[in-house]
Amino acid sequence: MTQNISPHRAETILLDHGSGGLASQELISSLFLKHLGNKVLSALEDSAVMENQPGRLAFTTDSYVVDPIFFPGGDIGTLAVHGTINDLAMRGARPLCLSLGLILEEGLPLADLERIIISIRDASLASGVPIVTGDTKVVPRGKADKIFINTSGIGLVADGVEISATRAQAGDKIILSGSMGDHGITIMTRRAGIALAGDLRSDSMALHSLIRNLLAGLPECSIHTLRDPTRGGVATTLCEIAGSSGLMIEIEESRIPVRSEVRAACEILGLDPLYLANEGKCLALVASEVAEQALALMQACPEGAEAAIIGTVTSGGRSSSIHEASDTRPSLAGDPGRVALKTTIGGTRVITPLHGAPLPRIC
Amino acid sequence: MKYVDEFRDPELTAQLLHELTAATTKPFRVMEVCGTHTMAIFRSGLRALLPPDIELISGPGCPVCVTSASHIDAFLQMAELPGTHLAVFGDLFRVPGSNGATLAHARARGAKIDVVYSAMDGLELARQNPAEQVIFPGIGFETTTPGIAATILAARQQNIDNFMVFSTHKTMLPPLMALLGDPALGIDGLLCPGHVSSIIGAAAYQPLAEENHLACVVGGFEPTDILQALILMARQISEDRAEVENAYTRAVTWEGNPRARAMVDTIFEPVDMEWRGLGTIAGSGLAIRKEFAGFDAQSRLSITIAESKEPPGCLCGQILKGITTPPACPLFGSRCTPSSPIGPCMVSSEGTCSAWFTYGNNTR
Repeated sequence: MTQNISPHRAETILLDHGSGGLASQELISSLFLKHLGNKVLSALEDSAVMENQPGRLAFTTDSYVVDPIFFPGGDIGTLAVHGTINDLAMRGARPLCLSLGLILEEGLPLADLERIIISIRDASLASGVPIVTGDTKVVPRGKADKIFINTSGIGLVADGVEISATRAQAGDKIILSGSMGDHGITIMTRRAGIALAGDLRSDSMALHSLIRNLLAGLPECSIHTLRDPTRGGVATTLCEIAGSSGLMIEIEESRIPVRSEVRAACEILGLDPLYLANEGKCLALVASEVAEQALALMQACPEGAEAAIIGTVTSGGRSSSIHEASDTRPSLAGDPGRVALKTTIGGTRVITPLHGAPLPRIC
Repeated sequence: MKYVDEFRDPELTAQLLHELTAATTKPFRVMEVCGTHTMAIFRSGLRALLPPDIELISGPGCPVCVTSASHIDAFLQMAELPGTHLAVFGDLFRVPGSNGATLAHARARGAKIDVVYSAMDGLELARQNPAEQVIFPGIGFETTTPGIAATILAARQQNIDNFMVFSTHKTMLPPLMALLGDPALGIDGLLCPGHVSSIIGAAAYQPLAEENHLACVVGGFEPTDILQALILMARQISEDRAEVENAYTRAVTWEGNPRARAMVDTIFEPVDMEWRGLGTIAGSGLAIRKEFAGFDAQSRLSITIAESKEPPGCLCGQILKGITTPPACPLFGSRCTPSSPIGPCMVSSEGTCSAWFTYGNNTR
């Protein structure tokens, strides 16, 4: 086969790069190993073999298809590393390693790919979680949107760590590790080409160090549930926890941190920050007696500096803060499995999961 | 956040609620005309705090909800014509037409449809894609129409001839006249739409107040705005007055915005218009004038507008008229939810059913 342009000199991804032949090898060595290389990955074996370590394994996978691929505060590469690390951390696992699967669209500028791979390297180095295995495919132009990434992750769960949505208990306090909505509103405004004043940035961030500090600093089994409120936002995640645990959740609007730029953008677009995606935040449900200690531990980490206690888990039934409803009004009963919000002005409303994608309003 | 937090102040709210309770000397029924009011009342939690003597009824003021099934069918037809590219408001995307199909379904089948934030974005799309016919389905009341009129004027100025509007624009007063003339509805007060009023002016409600003996108060959309409007209304009702008052003076004047109205008059002329659930109301719609026929999708494309068929069992018509509330509908919360809406009131975030489902009682 003759080659007019040497693939490594090409400025864009070609179908050849996914052929498994010389062009693929060139891409692997000149780009992937150059930036991501480590003892396990650089061996280029068919699978990574890891030393056995005591403990239970946590295993997760996630795919990343964001548009635009670059945005203030991160890019698709940082999301792919942070998102999978966070999914491991939310079960109390210490992340050990990640896989990296790339689906590239023919014509993707190589400079863009390199920028993403450098982001992945930086995120991987900063979090101390190596990429140990990978794969690349190239599809014809139009069959994918620039780049799709899948990462899987393996982590270790120490003895005594039992974290799950089903372990939420009545009386638990709910801590949010920082401001909500930053990622979702950044992506929506970029996608729509809406220029708003103020610094809108994705919160893409790995949370495993914060969780490690929390686990180390609190009595065993006092953290009941951890969840990262990604798509669907804080509202949908809390609804899932209420559903899994069969308990009721009450949160207070005035206690939930939202940056003023995010609030302003939401007001303009008719969106509710409770439903916007976050990529560097977690919700922690902890026993009430350790809540203040957990909050202090979070606030001592840079990832949780703006953490706040936003609500409480109850066993359901009508609580004192829920307004008694009359026949003609919507019932605001504090039913088990549901989430209620005490609004800034002192009213109460029920929170439901996100239905469909959030769409901006006409007026 | 400035200009928002002041109007959501808990202490001020408590004080206004106290004043409202004192001013409410007898039970009364209020129609909040505008979907944004419906949503704001639910979302702020205000509904649960109001004195029990005040009954709130949602009116026909959600632009998506009153778009007839036949018009949605027409939008779907246009989306499937070769070479067309639709630019639509986000909340139109999931509204079902007469056979349940939506623009979201059409896009999945390959139609070119983009969600835009204003008609001007649609014009930009036309500029960037000269080989396509970009069509903007025009929906909405006096609030959105001036923006559409300005876009058509801009398209003419810039000689962009592949941009069209399919107008289903509506005006607010004719349906209110029709609805409120019915004494069976038993409405005592009208919470007049703040945004529409910024264009038509508070004076526009004078005939409604006089002919139907209605306390008409223009209100803003923050909790304290709404409370202030309700206080003025409660005082009118307890003193048996029926006047137009303006509680939203920071946005609305007595005469409104004559410049915007003149721009609308340049482009559009009144026509009879079909409203979902309400039927055809004389002179309640706006069609593009002949002088601007080049931008009128209805005159340029051969689109057949069939008679609307409402989904069986759907009570949106009665809900839009304020005759019934969403939980009375057999479909509400069971077969009809925001994820799979059957009637239009469930689709828009400002629809009455969606507001009840999302913020209120979502089970029957």
